[in-house]
Amino acid sequence: MATLELRGLKKKYGGIYAVNGIDIAIKEGEFLAILGPSGCGKSTTMRMIAGLEQPSAGEVLIGGKPVTHLPPRERNVSMVFQSYALYPHMTVTENILFPLKARDVPKAERETKLKWAAGMLGIEPLLQRKPARLSGGEKQKVALARALVRDPALFIFDEPLSSLDAQVRTMARSELRLLHDRTGVTTVYVTHDQIEALGMGDRIAIMQRGQVRQLGTPKELYDNPADTFVAGFLGSPPMNLLERGGRIVGFRPEHLLPALPETAANDAFALQVRVQRLEFLGADWLIYGQLEGGGQEEKILSKVSPSVAGTLREGELREFRVARAHLRLFDPATGLRVDDGPH
Amino acid sequence: MARTEQTARASLGDREGLLGTLMIAPAFVYIAALVGIPFFLAIALSMSSATIGDPSIHGFVGLSNFVHAIHESAFPLALRNSIIVTFGTLILTLVLATAESELLVHDFRGKWLLQILLILPWAMPVSLASVDWLWLLDSEFSPVDWLLRQMHLLGPGTVWGPANHLYFYGKEWLGLGAVTVINVWRLLPLATIIVLAGRTAISHEIFEQAQVDGAGFFRTLFRITIPALLPLLVVAGMFTALIVFGDMAVVALTTRGGPGYATQLLPYWAYLKGIEGGALAEGAAVALFMFPILLAGAILALRMAYRAESN
Repeated sequence: MATLELRGLKKKYGGIYAVNGIDIAIKEGEFLAILGPSGCGKSTTMRMIAGLEQPSAGEVLIGGKPVTHLPPRERNVSMVFQSYALYPHMTVTENILFPLKARDVPKAERETKLKWAAGMLGIEPLLQRKPARLSGGEKQKVALARALVRDPALFIFDEPLSSLDAQVRTMARSELRLLHDRTGVTTVYVTHDQIEALGMGDRIAIMQRGQVRQLGTPKELYDNPADTFVAGFLGSPPMNLLERGGRIVGFRPEHLLPALPETAANDAFALQVRVQRLEFLGADWLIYGQLEGGGQEEKILSKVSPSVAGTLREGELREFRVARAHLRLFDPATGLRVDDGPH
Repeated sequence: MARTEQTARASLGDREGLLGTLMIAPAFVYIAALVGIPFFLAIALSMSSATIGDPSIHGFVGLSNFVHAIHESAFPLALRNSIIVTFGTLILTLVLATAESELLVHDFRGKWLLQILLILPWAMPVSLASVDWLWLLDSEFSPVDWLLRQMHLLGPGTVWGPANHLYFYGKEWLGLGAVTVINVWRLLPLATIIVLAGRTAISHEIFEQAQVDGAGFFRTLFRITIPALLPLLVVAGMFTALIVFGDMAVVALTTRGGPGYATQLLPYWAYLKGIEGGALAEGAAVALFMFPILLAGAILALRMAYRAESN
């Protein structure tokens, strides 16, 4: 268990910065999710933390100690790869013991640790199996046990759930977070899946083009995106972004509701919307609309409950409203937030 | 009417059983003519009294050719040497092929040049290669001898002196060593290509995982790389061993089995006896001695490869 600090971290590949100046400080026991689209530099950042890549500039500190130029084995970090990278010719037991043997841990201690880790993840019945005879979920647990077994200063996860089936993934998400809470190991979790980042992270760092666009709690990022990239990336579907009066106005689809005829639009942002399509999502309905009145064609999304969706017809023109408190304003030139945001 | 008749009849392409038999027939004929018949002919020959002067196989003599061959003084030497050269080549080739594949799996400046150099012995004609090696290890003009003399390891008053030459092809162990080294040189490219194919197939993440898990170079090599390469090492080893054990070209072009029978190998001895010496039947018997050994080796290697693969 330790803190992790990245200072001005950069990585250049053939003239292009894959990672271009990252500063993040992670508290002891914190769960940080690094979220971003593919090619944003999150994997490179993770690999520099693990020591698999040498930074072009900047520093990595684990537990306050600079480890920038240390090889992976000197950093005491555990890593779970996307493929789980289990050693195919070794049994589950041999896989879990491998990092302990590599560190010359005495046999008696190895056995204790093996029992503890296997018990923690409930994989005792699998210990004599080879990886080829494990399911995706079982492989993931073995990889976790192997990562856990040597009391690492830091856990690094590289999209560990992305190769699981959708049904297993939800369970695995909560199990992984519970495991973190039980062991309290500082964790860096790299993902392109915002549901994982929002659901598991104490804080999220959203990356784009080698830089951190925003760092904060999931709620901060969702409610108060720092720029149009974060606003347009986070949320499913993401924020509606419209250009109005020299500003970009952003609001979430769930805050855009059809106006009731009897209420007055006293403190709301009103839009005339041509309803194009109603889409059933299960718990909610998604409304695809087009703004009327403006010069250019602007598409807009609204997410409503089934009772509200029942009042809408495809093809009709309706007034939709957003409460002013839910509007977020951005500068069109820089994309940065310009209002302070209501708190 | 004619049209209906035509559509009702199944064409050859529809009769899968017959078509299959027809298509496999050329391969069967080829194997029977070029492998099967010569093999049974060799067995018949080995139990006959055939010679170059009278190559008929009518005179059946049972196993007496085999018994006679075993009792010749050259036989134990040739068998021993064949085994030594085969195992020596096998071990050296596998170690070097693993090292080379480990080197070639990484990217570095000038890799293409190294690749060409490593593959070159394979592309070189045997005649040209033998001229090279005859000169390299020549009794008078060997550059290896010269190099050793310059390093003061050879010549009067040195460790390997006092002679000025090692006479590679004229001494028992140097001769066997030379034959082994030439075989390694010749077969390493094939073994490297086989092993490298396996090495590039191992996921990169496995090695990064081992790095993060704290494994050093040798632990990674012996616990991760070699076990993962095992099926292909067995295949490469089998190819190498079978080629070396059945080969007579290298020894025929270098030591010629001498001095005496000191560096004689089974295949070359069979050739000398059967073709040069005219004792066709005995030559066939000696050549057949190798067959059970080669067959057992091949079966064992294939089983090991299969087991390693299924794990």
